[in-house]
Amino acid sequence: MADLFRIGDRVRTRRTDPPYHTRLPRYARGAAGTVTDLLGRYPLPDRRARRLAAEPEPVYAVAFTAGELFGEGDHTVTIDLWESYLEPAEAEPRGGDAAGAKALAREARK
Amino acid sequence: MSADHGGPAAGPAARVRRLEALLEQRGLLDTELLDRALGAFLDSASPANGARLAARAWVDEGFRRRLLADANAALPELGLSMGGGLQEQRLKVVQNTADRHNVIVCTLCSCYPLALLGPSPTWYKSEAYRSRVVRDPRTVLREFGFELEPRVAISVWDSSAEARYMVLPRRPAGTEDLGEPELAALVTRNGLIGVAPL
Repeated sequence: MADLFRIGDRVRTRRTDPPYHTRLPRYARGAAGTVTDLLGRYPLPDRRARRLAAEPEPVYAVAFTAGELFGEGDHTVTIDLWESYLEPAEAEPRGGDAAGAKALAREARK
Repeated sequence: MSADHGGPAAGPAARVRRLEALLEQRGLLDTELLDRALGAFLDSASPANGARLAARAWVDEGFRRRLLADANAALPELGLSMGGGLQEQRLKVVQNTADRHNVIVCTLCSCYPLALLGPSPTWYKSEAYRSRVVRDPRTVLREFGFELEPRVAISVWDSSAEARYMVLPRRPAGTEDLGEPELAALVTRNGLIGVAPL
């Protein structure tokens, strides 16, 4: 299957808190970020940990502003995330750090 | 339930020991061979590898570019690889500049480029480092005795999946006359994680 996202795309992480192992950190749930790198394809750990069949799927490096994640701070945090954790972000992040987000997108496209 | 992932490693460690014992009991495993393989990997896993990479990148612009673009392809130039484990791990090298500093963490457990930096320090695995460096890296660096200029932006890299990260520190000032081995000797493990200046 083709990758859903490309470098520079705005994405939002899922908000759900699954009752099993996941590698979507809690501090990054429901947050909008920018895809900055493609890291290959790996089986989803959420399924592997439950011994369910898991086809390799794309893993992306996604950069978030500290403002988006924590409501404060001037740094960025880049998190490696499986495609299943992501959905396309709306044009403008909800009440997020729009200026910071645009700067990240510019940075990613360089 | 990502928080569970940070718990004591007793579960998996005990399972591995039990599995090893069963395999040995049934004659499926040569423990001497296993010890040799583990020994060979750990003997070669040392921060000296990361230091050699940094020194080469400082003196060889072409290598620096290749290392940043595709570290796994550049590593064999120094006889190194990320293939010591079961599968080759993807390595991404992030470069410090005059206006951007990088720091590495694994908030979910303790992912770390073992082949290039050796076993990780205890603080790297601590709840305090893992939870705080993503939220307030400038304060955490200050606690390491590293006062970063306010104008320098910080990028934190949370190795939450399969890739591993290493920081390429800035070449210290006044080292123009030094050769590669002397430069490598200036590189520290903490510098390659991003919690210390060189």
